[in-house]
Amino acid sequence: MGKLRFATVWMGGCSGCHMSFLDLDEWLFDLAEAVEVVYSPVADVKTFPENVDVTLVEGAIANQDHLELIHAIRKHSRLVVSFGDCAVTGNVTAMRNPLGGAEVVLDRAYQDAQLLHPQVPHDDGIVPPLIDQVLPVHAVIPVDLYIPGCPPPAKRIRAVLQALIEGKPPEMIGREMLKFG
Amino acid sequence: MPRTLTINGQEISARNDQTILEAARDAHIHIPVLCHLDGLTDVGACRMCLVEVAGSNKLLPACTTRVQEGMEVRTDTQRLRAYRRQIIELLFAERNHVCAVCVANGHCELQNLGIEVGMDHVRYDYIFPKLGVDLSHERFGMDHNRCILCTRCVRACDQLEGAHTIDVMGRGAKSLIIRDMNVPWGESTTCTSCGKCVMACPTGALFKQGSTVAEMVHDAEKLAFLKAARERKVWNV
Repeated sequence: MGKLRFATVWMGGCSGCHMSFLDLDEWLFDLAEAVEVVYSPVADVKTFPENVDVTLVEGAIANQDHLELIHAIRKHSRLVVSFGDCAVTGNVTAMRNPLGGAEVVLDRAYQDAQLLHPQVPHDDGIVPPLIDQVLPVHAVIPVDLYIPGCPPPAKRIRAVLQALIEGKPPEMIGREMLKFG
Repeated sequence: MPRTLTINGQEISARNDQTILEAARDAHIHIPVLCHLDGLTDVGACRMCLVEVAGSNKLLPACTTRVQEGMEVRTDTQRLRAYRRQIIELLFAERNHVCAVCVANGHCELQNLGIEVGMDHVRYDYIFPKLGVDLSHERFGMDHNRCILCTRCVRACDQLEGAHTIDVMGRGAKSLIIRDMNVPWGESTTCTSCGKCVMACPTGALFKQGSTVAEMVHDAEKLAFLKAARERKVWNV
């Protein structure tokens, strides 16, 4: 069997899940033996490739760019994994949802909370437009596996990846694997 | 008169005034609970402790169903497991529970039950209701976003403190825990600031002011201690 084609994606999250992934320390050498990293915020690849075996998605779906990318990810990935609480539940990223839609949120951040030169950035192509409600990944595309945690502890990430490399379904049972937060 | 019944095929003998939950606990059989708290009367509201009883096509809450002679009880069937997970998922979907930034993270009965029922994600759409936080009391706070309406605080305030400051307003998912006639907590004229409601809370909805993420450890066992001390003059520590 060849190497797994492996991708990690950073959507509406704080990158803490990726930090926890890097916390795998020397096991990353073992991982590098078993997978080929074809797309990741830590690799300089601009477009999401085809024929990906496993994609870890960190973060919730919060803007138009996320929305477009997540459909490409689903189309080209055999296994899509919701990686961390923002991807699984919306988490902190979705805490803006009760405020209302995108405009209300932008006003809150750029007008109400600013003392100097309050203005909402509206120019095209500067920042991706927010969608009105932040969504967990599985509300947009079918998801194959969920890794809760804010961030998921490195041990939990390793247990999942180890199982996937061995071609087995990971056992998502108990506090070590399922605690949110 | 003792009663003999079976729970999960195991023969149990129980007192005739015991509930299925009490009998199961005496026999070291685990039934998950959420609105139940030792020391308070049971209301059978959360439905976590539903069990199957042979001869009944309804599921019955173990906390409010008395044992009967010859009862055959099942506490851990596939159907019950599916319902319990559904209940926990619906509670997470109903309000804004964000474990990562919650005072009760790591000490939360809702979070623990999520683990117990095997919840890896919530299959229902989150409602994201707009709810407030009451920080008007000098020592305690209430975050309605994290409230699951179990009414443990209501019962602790009424049955143990005797003040009945706390009650429930409204209907269904829109219900709210209130103080007096829906006044800010700090303006309540009946609240004695005893903190029993905070001890009783299973989530981070009630907390001590100044607690930050994962710092709020509730002291729910103390309520059962108080009740035993007051009513039976037992001071087991």
